[in-house]
Amino acid sequence: MKFLSEFRDAGLAKGVVSQIHRRSKTPARFMEFCGGHTATILRYGIRQVLPATIEMLSGPGCPVCVTANADLDKAIALAQMPGVIVTTFGDMLKVPGSHSSLQKIKAEGADVRMVYSTMDAIHIAEENPSKRVVFLGIGFETTAPTVAASILYAEEKYLKNYYVLSTHKLCPPVIKALLASGEVNLDGLICPGHVSAVIGSRAWDFIARDYAIPCVVSGFEPLDVLQCVDMLVTQVEEGNSKVEIAYRRGVRPEGNPEALRLMHEVFEPCPAQWRGMGTIPDSGLKLRSTYQRFDAECAFDIDPGPTREPQGCICGDILRGVKTPLDCRLFGNSCTPEDPVGPCMVSSEGSCATYYLYGRNSGR
Amino acid sequence: MCLAIPALIESIKNEEADVDMGGITRRISLRLTPQAKVGDYVIVHTGYAINILDQHEARETLKLFEQLAKAAEEER
Repeated sequence: MKFLSEFRDAGLAKGVVSQIHRRSKTPARFMEFCGGHTATILRYGIRQVLPATIEMLSGPGCPVCVTANADLDKAIALAQMPGVIVTTFGDMLKVPGSHSSLQKIKAEGADVRMVYSTMDAIHIAEENPSKRVVFLGIGFETTAPTVAASILYAEEKYLKNYYVLSTHKLCPPVIKALLASGEVNLDGLICPGHVSAVIGSRAWDFIARDYAIPCVVSGFEPLDVLQCVDMLVTQVEEGNSKVEIAYRRGVRPEGNPEALRLMHEVFEPCPAQWRGMGTIPDSGLKLRSTYQRFDAECAFDIDPGPTREPQGCICGDILRGVKTPLDCRLFGNSCTPEDPVGPCMVSSEGSCATYYLYGRNSGR
Repeated sequence: MCLAIPALIESIKNEEADVDMGGITRRISLRLTPQAKVGDYVIVHTGYAINILDQHEARETLKLFEQLAKAAEEER
């Protein structure tokens, strides 16, 4: 596939790898924020080709994984209401909430539908005028504009039965919270590629400036990640901390102004609860009052009851980068992708699922 | 979750486009990239183009990789 397979060429990778080995002298610890990067790094064995000076750490950039049980429970409670269809992306179905999952209640008769796009959810609302259709809005800045667009479509189509339960989260505030906590020490940050396609590389300037941490935005193919590591190593060796882009075909400093405009038109920042990190100010998105009639939180009386966290699960610590999946007693025993206990074992970008698939022997 | 892949715009009607995704034709929304044209590659996430792919930058990056690979080969 054009502009995809070229960036997986093993022959081309050799040159970047040898440059990294030549340049890297100082021990450095880099965090890949995004679960998509973790998947690339483990799938292509990138840790194994890097010099011993470089340590890679996985971050909290998996929207499915950071969704709090309280939010999942709300979606499950909505799907159990009569006359309601809950739609969402596939990854969310298997995630266990406090007492059940969307997939389990679907098997028990609830109308839960997996969609590829919010446009599919709009079509379901059009085809089912007697039902109330809720889209469980999950995802970072990459996804939030597409959910904003669906609300604008619903308004233009005069749809009166389309709602969004927004659990959207913003990346810069959580990275700030992670760094401010002092729990992890980083020498470089691999910034998320498709979040940055929307918000722009400038959104990371504060990390380079306030925390003196080199930042490089990366794409998701193995060559992208290697180029990113090379650029981070160069910054470390030269004593720099600036924001650079290793994914210039997809990311510009200013991002995508139209996507940002739509996102801000429909949503405004709000405090959000993150699994493992508690409530972080201005790190979530809620519908603006102008669009309140599409807000599932306002349109429905949702009472999911008290939340319960899974016993023994350390997803929270893994998301903060203070533990790895291999530190978890449940990993590969009572928690597997077929029967997950925590969300990091569900999503294809969750650290636990990625380690389970590719990385059980690449602990470094 | 933030998975997005490049696709070639084959035709545009109103705000929607038919794109070629590795041999498969899919209909996507151009709501977030109204300036996209037929022949552009766009980065598609959950049925929406979230950005236009810069083909010049893609080729420049590949050129850089080729130079590095050549240099590594010569060192051997």
